[in-house]
Amino acid sequence: MGDFFTVASLVFVVGSGIRLATPFLLAGLGEAIGQRSGVLNLGVDGVMLLGAFGAYWTIYETQSPVLGVFVGLGVGLVMGVVYAVITVGLKAEQGISGIGIFLFGLGISDLLFQKQVGTPFPIRGFGDWHVPLLSDIPKVGEMFFQHSVLVYVAFALVPAVAFLLNRTTFGLNVRAVGENPAAADSLGVSVARVRTTTILMANTLAGLAGAVLSIELGIFQQNLTNGQGFIAIALVYFGAWRPVGVMGGALLFGLVSATVLQWKTLGLVSGAASSLTAMAPAVLTILALVVISRTVGQPAALTRPFERGH
Amino acid sequence: MADHTVPLLELRGITKRFPGVLANDDVHLDVLPGEIHALLGENGAGKSTLMKVLYGLYRPDAGEVLLSGEPSGIATPADAIDAGVAMIHQHFMLVPTLTVAENVALGLADNGMLLDTTAVAGRIRELSARYGLHVDPSAYVWQLAVGERQRVEIVKALYRDCRLLVLDEPTAVLTPLEVDELFVTLRTMAADGVGLIFISHKLDEVLALSDRITVMRDGRVTGETTPGQTSKGELADMMVGRAVQLAPDRPAADVGEVRLAVDGLRVMGDRGLESVTGCTIEVRAGEVVGIAGVSGNGQRELAEAVAGLRQPTGGTVAIDGTDVTGQHPSRVRAAGLAYVPEERMRDGVVGEFTVAENLILVDHDRDPYCRRGLLRLGAIADACRDLVARFTVKTPSLETTTSNLSGGNIQKLILARELSGEPRVLVAAQPTRGVDIGAAEYIHRRLIDERSSGTAVLVISEDLDEVLALSDRVAVMFAGRIVEVMDVADATVERLGLLMAGTGVEEVGAA
Ligand SMILES: Nc1ncnc2c1ncn2[C@@H]1O[C@H](COP(=O)(O)OP(=O)(O)O)[C@@H](O)[C@H]1O
Ligand SMILES: [Mg+2]
Repeated sequence: MGDFFTVASLVFVVGSGIRLATPFLLAGLGEAIGQRSGVLNLGVDGVMLLGAFGAYWTIYETQSPVLGVFVGLGVGLVMGVVYAVITVGLKAEQGISGIGIFLFGLGISDLLFQKQVGTPFPIRGFGDWHVPLLSDIPKVGEMFFQHSVLVYVAFALVPAVAFLLNRTTFGLNVRAVGENPAAADSLGVSVARVRTTTILMANTLAGLAGAVLSIELGIFQQNLTNGQGFIAIALVYFGAWRPVGVMGGALLFGLVSATVLQWKTLGLVSGAASSLTAMAPAVLTILALVVISRTVGQPAALTRPFERGH
Repeated sequence: MADHTVPLLELRGITKRFPGVLANDDVHLDVLPGEIHALLGENGAGKSTLMKVLYGLYRPDAGEVLLSGEPSGIATPADAIDAGVAMIHQHFMLVPTLTVAENVALGLADNGMLLDTTAVAGRIRELSARYGLHVDPSAYVWQLAVGERQRVEIVKALYRDCRLLVLDEPTAVLTPLEVDELFVTLRTMAADGVGLIFISHKLDEVLALSDRITVMRDGRVTGETTPGQTSKGELADMMVGRAVQLAPDRPAADVGEVRLAVDGLRVMGDRGLESVTGCTIEVRAGEVVGIAGVSGNGQRELAEAVAGLRQPTGGTVAIDGTDVTGQHPSRVRAAGLAYVPEERMRDGVVGEFTVAENLILVDHDRDPYCRRGLLRLGAIADACRDLVARFTVKTPSLETTTSNLSGGNIQKLILARELSGEPRVLVAAQPTRGVDIGAAEYIHRRLIDERSSGTAVLVISEDLDEVLALSDRVAVMFAGRIVEVMDVADATVERLGLLMAGTGVEEVGAA
């Protein structure tokens, strides 16, 4: 039985916490963009599964992780088109449509996996990229600057999305459409176009999140995400619809998960206690949500389809 | 003069149908450059619909829209903006979570990829200086009072260089002082050659402001005139289609003991700030006390606290001598309170219920409507038929879904239910807001009857004319407390307007 509070152990927890946070962060950023425009996408988990399988299968066949990432993005984009047609074009109820997308992704990804691959055969990923100079700093380098390139991309997207939402004309349109679509419409902003764009972005990021998951793990299996897409949605509420908040939530979640993993590895918890600690991240999120969601208002038009003159 | 011969806007034979309603029936209207054209009509006359057709929000079933003699080609709001048409909607089209500058910048054609709110803010300051519209570009819209929000809407229109501006009931939410300011701005715009369509159902305003008046009723134009050629009475007749009594007869009051006593009441608002800050007022049997004030000064919270719908944080409420502070609404009602809420559809009726179900909403668990836990449908139907007839609620049947009735009829339904219990105290908040003149006339008469039969009546209203027409005593509420109570004989619009704007009592004396 090892000791948790050693430097090596803490360095490991932080390093793998950041890695574990990445899929949550990508999916959460996408969901935040969508929700700021008033679109709730409960299908994230299903899209992640499809992206994960798409990337996995591509790399399995071609040995090219780069191609795998692009397939993950592409699968997400296609699912975005589907979701946009359903919710913006046909103005269907978003909650039910999202659950439909989730079930579709869950079923199809498993079906394709069973038919095309069968047994979980490991694939190759990107390997860690050591940031020049920074990665040589003792401990710090190991924690923050020795990750897969996908991790850096995900974290670089945080300021990028914040900038997009707060400093660009498109971002202004997104925020207006999420709060008062009739006002945006009356000034000539196309609510449908804005929402379609955010849905495509959200789903593309969800596809990427799935790809990151299977590439980092090097495998695929049935229900690989295990509900991570739903957690990502919760993290958007947790993060009060702000990219930095979503990042905070993703990191918290990743760190708690890494801690639990480390406890297990060190044999600090076992049996029933281990199952209980496995629930810790979820419980923590729920508690945080209860506290936070009281104080921050969600986009006023969230889940409300827009129709002119109603 | 030459361009004055070609109307800026011409609506020809506009017809617009909604399922079961002919909202616009062959409507003609024209506006000259620099003209202020008032569109007058009851609620439901079709004014907003006509303007939404013009603005590209609705597609007309027949008719055409001409701008400067050419077909307008407006099919969407974006087209309208391009054509120089701006509209201030009855319900403001602002995004509360954005700043004033962001609201103005939204949808501008010359926005680049990156948002440049400093340039927008600069131009906003120019415009506000030129037109006397005080707005702070960096303030968030949710922080603004209604009057300020409306100035933002006007700035939005000015920013887009509109040549035709439609204002849909712009004065409904303003204090008398703000109305005067608005009129100054509108006259400046007209002098600059902008054509204005000013929608209202307030006769005084229409007569004071406009160059020409078009009256609509039931989707049709019933008359076109100018302020010089017409009178209030004639306009009201055109609007309603029959002679209207604009102010109810008020027999001398026979005032008795104190029935409603509110003392030092403190109540929190929805935003977590104290909205009622030590409010004291008494209403006695046989009198109407009217509370005037700009919306958002604690009137809603006061009414809700009296009715038991909001927990006070201090002070007391007594009905007929019984302390009911913070009691459950059913206890407050048992003490003798009847309550006509401001938010009719939210607090007054269950929209999806039938007319009959809403009529028995309060007393459904009591004799004669209910015995041994079972509803007595026969007795309910009899009682409801009687109420509907007595209060002239226009409904196809008792089984009609309530949300299908007009605002005026829903209000009559609520009044029927509330007065059927023979209350000791009646609190009516905004009793005729959004109600047509005919129904308002009836509701006013009913409130006066109730007071003359000995009930203590408290009317809370943002409509000064209403307060003055109904009240025996007038109270002004500002910043959560009653700043002054006066006899209606001493109450003038000017005096009330100053008090409503928060001007101290001393200054009123000086003025
Ligand atoms: N979107 C709509 N759907 C169905 N009926 C409507 C709609 N908008 C307005 N109406 C009906 O059309 C009539 C005219 O309404 P409106 O133009 O809002 O009147 P006004 O603005 O003069 O009060 C009313 O009977 C109203 O109920
Ligand atoms: Mg209207």
